[in-house]
Amino acid sequence: MNPAGAGPDDAENADRAESHDAANAARAGSGGSAVLEARDVGFAYRKAAPVLTGVSVAVSPGRSLALVGESGAGKTTLLRLLLGLARPSSGRILFDGGEPSGREFRRNVQPVFQDPYSSLDPRQRVGRIVSEPLRSLRLLGSRDEAGDRVAEALRAVGLPADAARRYPHEFSGGQRQRIAIARAIVCEPKVLLADEPVSALDVSTRVRVVELLAELGESRGMAVVMVSHDLTVVAALCRDTAVLERGRVVEQGPTLAVLGSPAHPYTRKLLDSVPRLSRAAGAGGERASRPERP
Amino acid sequence: MSLLDVKDLTVRRADGRELVTGVSFTVGTGDRLGLIGESGSGKSLTALAVMGLLPAGMTAHGSAVLDGTEIVGARDGKLDGVRGRAAAVVFQEPLTALDPLMRVGHQLAEPLRRHQRLRGGPLRAAVMAALAEVRLDERVARAYPHEISGGQRQRVAIAMALACRPKLLIADEPTTALDVTVQAEVLTLLDGLVASRGMALLFISHDLAVVAGVTDRIVVLKEGVAVESGSVRDIVYEPRHAYTRSLVNSAWELEGELDRMAP
Amino acid sequence: MKRSPTFLIGCVLVALVCAVAVVSLLWLPYDPSDTSGGRLVPPGGAHWLGTDKLGRDLLSRLMVGARIALTVGFGSVLVGGVLGVTAGLLAGFATRWLDDTISAVLDILIAFPTLLLAMLVVAVRQASLGSAVLAIGLAMSAIVARLTRVLVKRVLAQDYITASRTSGTSWPRVVTEHVLPNIWPTLLVNLALQLGLAVLAEASLSYLGLGPPPPNASWGRLLQEAQATVLTAPTGAIAPGVLLVVLVVGVNLVADGFRDLADPTRRRSR
Repeated sequence: MNPAGAGPDDAENADRAESHDAANAARAGSGGSAVLEARDVGFAYRKAAPVLTGVSVAVSPGRSLALVGESGAGKTTLLRLLLGLARPSSGRILFDGGEPSGREFRRNVQPVFQDPYSSLDPRQRVGRIVSEPLRSLRLLGSRDEAGDRVAEALRAVGLPADAARRYPHEFSGGQRQRIAIARAIVCEPKVLLADEPVSALDVSTRVRVVELLAELGESRGMAVVMVSHDLTVVAALCRDTAVLERGRVVEQGPTLAVLGSPAHPYTRKLLDSVPRLSRAAGAGGERASRPERP
Repeated sequence: MSLLDVKDLTVRRADGRELVTGVSFTVGTGDRLGLIGESGSGKSLTALAVMGLLPAGMTAHGSAVLDGTEIVGARDGKLDGVRGRAAAVVFQEPLTALDPLMRVGHQLAEPLRRHQRLRGGPLRAAVMAALAEVRLDERVARAYPHEISGGQRQRVAIAMALACRPKLLIADEPTTALDVTVQAEVLTLLDGLVASRGMALLFISHDLAVVAGVTDRIVVLKEGVAVESGSVRDIVYEPRHAYTRSLVNSAWELEGELDRMAP
Repeated sequence: MKRSPTFLIGCVLVALVCAVAVVSLLWLPYDPSDTSGGRLVPPGGAHWLGTDKLGRDLLSRLMVGARIALTVGFGSVLVGGVLGVTAGLLAGFATRWLDDTISAVLDILIAFPTLLLAMLVVAVRQASLGSAVLAIGLAMSAIVARLTRVLVKRVLAQDYITASRTSGTSWPRVVTEHVLPNIWPTLLVNLALQLGLAVLAEASLSYLGLGPPPPNASWGRLLQEAQATVLTAPTGAIAPGVLLVVLVVGVNLVADGFRDLADPTRRRSR
């Protein structure tokens, strides 16, 4: 599977150089072409050890960034800062080079959550759920416009238009995640922030939702930031990767470079821990990890 | 005779709906069998039925003979001797499997006292040995469950399951709630313990790569029906049933990009 | 969409009590304070349900009592509901210390006996139907507030609230769009329960002289008065008791029906 659109090797090398520049730009602290950026961000709850320390990440239009790490690494906190739901204790979050607030910011930075059950209001019809950003941000000219744009968003995520009249519980987990994505893209944002968007889904559904996210990012020129602990999903979806360990970015760059030749021992450990079919049922059919039986 | 012989096992809800339909498989001494399926496939219910632990309102039909004892339809009192000694279970969420108000050492001592009739000094020594076996520090014995990490808790749960010296270990999504690196450690540990004790293993998971890593044979469940079973190699490389094929292809697809980047 | 039979039964029961209350405004068999009927006349003849130990017509007193029961029931639920839901919403949304403060006040209010509260209200105002409604409503508001707070917190923890916030929805709108629609069905069922308790609470207040003063006879007062003669003239206790059960059961069935109608997941499965 190759939804990120990375084609032949030379194209990938070009990518690699490009996103090296983007990452360097982020680290150097110059805005560059970044649409959303965390610059030397720290975050701590009162009288507690810091959750994030000196984190700099950036994403540009049409690109995708993975925030990788394990529980307690600070991924979700970083995402909340990028969403403008909390303020960093130090450093800055920059949207289009400015403050992450106001209507423009809200319109252009939309989230998708992990749990497709708690992210949709069970008492609203899908049409109302998907059109909420349009109504809250007053982006509607007429009543009919809402219906049209909801239908368009539902079509974009591969759901039938009549889904708008139904309630969330009538849909499966994967379909519900598509509804959440439709809500996020209905106001045509510049950035999609996804927190473990597929980890609650079954494997076959997971593949399709990853493909959908990749395709949407590509076709709409949206930047996608995804928090994930699953490196297979990261490899399939994101061009750039930042690895977080205990609140610090220990390694970042193009995914191909970070996962292909990890420089930091923690990245390598993460990579070695991924359960893989290719290793488990390797060519010889014998598992290397298995100790000899007595 | 095999250690666990499940024949035509069916689990019904009170309203008559079948959640598991006619599932059959066997686990011989020292065998490792994986049950794989997506959510709602009935894999966990199958494991519970085998232990006679179905939730209220559900009934099992057919047959499940565990170490010579028919579980289906047996009275609860009769099963107490079988549970623990013949088979022990490790569940997905270790926090709910441990008593939050009891120190880890005490919880671990209980099955040792019951099954191996140890007291005093030998009991203490056995607790320490059990902790060492799952690579936990002695200090963990004095901690309460909420004071240790998820991975440590799952190790404690494994130690408790092993304390009864079961012939079959049933592991129901034992690493799903854990971080990847911790998952890898726990899987390696489980793998080593099962091998060194010659235990049989019934491993239940939705993750094909995980199941393939610790078992020899796989039964694929879909909506309560066993659609295919075979060796790990056959399932992964030559799936016959359309559903197995889609499952395996999805797993390969997701993994493909990572395999290309970091073989 | 089919309404459930229990919902219809509930509607009929509540309508019955309301009808009695309305009729009592227009027509009564006797003046409820007229004592000329003869003491403890058994049911039948001129007095369908008999008379009490002072010779007053029981049916007339019951009909007037329906008015009081409905006033106390719905009045105190209105007071308790408005105060309780407001305080609960405030606590649910509040920062930590404000939440703690409100919760502490609620705990004290709940620990406070309704009786003591009623005495305080009567001390400030005077014994009347209004005072009873106010006292019972106040006591109820603490319980309603605590329930509301828990329900609000549970809804606020859901991701759809965060999603709503990140699309620029203001807090007041979050309340009307997501919080209230998700908590009112549970609240309603609780309020229906509270309504039954309120009618009973009024009975105890009346017994102690803290309720509406005589000759206004509430069902609670009828029950209390019939206590002494329950063996010789059981109708005096049975009749108000049955009406009380009819009202309480009716209101609860209606509330259950509303909850089911409001829940899209239940609607489908019906």
